[in-house]
Amino acid sequence: MAIFSVPDIRLAGISACVPEAEFHNKDYDWISEKERETLIKTIGVEKKRHAEKGTTTADLCYDASEELINQLGWDKKDIDLLLFVSQSRDYIIPATSGLLQHRLALPKSCMAMDVSLGCSGYIYGLSMIGSLMTTGKIKKGLLLTGDISTLNTSYKDKSAFPLFGDAGTATALEFQKGASSLHFNLQTDGGGYDAIIIPDGGIRNFADKDTSFDYEMISEGIHRNKFNIALDGIKVFNFSLREVKPNVNTLLGATDRSSESIDYFVFHQANKLMNETIRKQLKLPPEKVPYSLAEYGNTSSASIPLTMVTELKEALKGGSHSSCLSGFGVGLSWGSVILNTEKLVVPELLVHKK
Amino acid sequence: MNIKDFIRKIEEEFEDLQPNSLEASDVLKDKFTWDSINALIFLAHVNVEYDVEITADELVQSETVEDLYNLVHSKYQIKA
Repeated sequence: MAIFSVPDIRLAGISACVPEAEFHNKDYDWISEKERETLIKTIGVEKKRHAEKGTTTADLCYDASEELINQLGWDKKDIDLLLFVSQSRDYIIPATSGLLQHRLALPKSCMAMDVSLGCSGYIYGLSMIGSLMTTGKIKKGLLLTGDISTLNTSYKDKSAFPLFGDAGTATALEFQKGASSLHFNLQTDGGGYDAIIIPDGGIRNFADKDTSFDYEMISEGIHRNKFNIALDGIKVFNFSLREVKPNVNTLLGATDRSSESIDYFVFHQANKLMNETIRKQLKLPPEKVPYSLAEYGNTSSASIPLTMVTELKEALKGGSHSSCLSGFGVGLSWGSVILNTEKLVVPELLVHKK
Repeated sequence: MNIKDFIRKIEEEFEDLQPNSLEASDVLKDKFTWDSINALIFLAHVNVEYDVEITADELVQSETVEDLYNLVHSKYQIKA
């Protein structure tokens, strides 16, 4: 089982950046007004941010990183590790992490790599960066997570379009002897690979001018082509309701913690109905479970750090807190981490202007 | 669980439904918009209430309120 602890790693700061343009779901005229009302109430997304064409996840992560490094007062020469977790890279090749290393003017002694994960990406990213740094050879590292999902979403797909928003985040970690451990429980079920999928454009279904671009009607209110995100709502829903609770409970058990002893449970912002069901399954009080969903939608691997920035900024800047973070979705991939934070550096939410 | 409680809880869950408006023999599509969102609301409801998981195919095959009850009840019994 991928249950393990990573000692001596301190979270130093978290920042997030969103594009300027807002889309309000009340203006989503592909569906009737009545359906729109039910939809907004059920998924809990009132508005979200849409990147302009040409703005990339890396652009948002770049802004978030610059501000965070600046506020931390870090010397860029000391950053030896950059991990970019995203499913919306700048190019098919090369990896985006290299472009970010160069653009951020990080030294050539910095190792940089991309990891392709979505909803679970923040947790996986923390586990990888923590594991690489825990031996003390690498002192400072940056975890950049996020996605631009709106570009791949069909406006005429009511099952996907109203959900997604765009965001990029940066998290700064440092090696510090004696810092409290990060505790992980990470899981995978590739049997559900097609529950959330963009079918064409990879090597399995290479882009084809005759078949990739044509819009198909999948069912009433759902039209998309093969470059669009396809969501099997019920499959994802059942998966999340089945797997998240035992994942969290197993981690609590393994670390000998009760949910009462945790200050905040920050979940991937999937949709309100799903997240609230999970909250009720775990019997967590609403005040321990923050949401950024109403304002920013489902922002993939950015959703957990974005929620920490927009909803918990003041608390996290102040004292010391224990949090359980949990991401679940595309892959299917899911995982949780229990960690302590102390006086985090958390810049105001940044807005990317083109 | 029994069908009376099952129906009462569904009436509470869905805003479109008035108390005591639903009968076991009612066809779902006639009583309210039985669309994908309401299907998800129903899935969430039975998950929290009865700890039961229902697939899309099973939902599609349920025509009446009683069909839904039988579906949930059969899974609930296996668990218990």
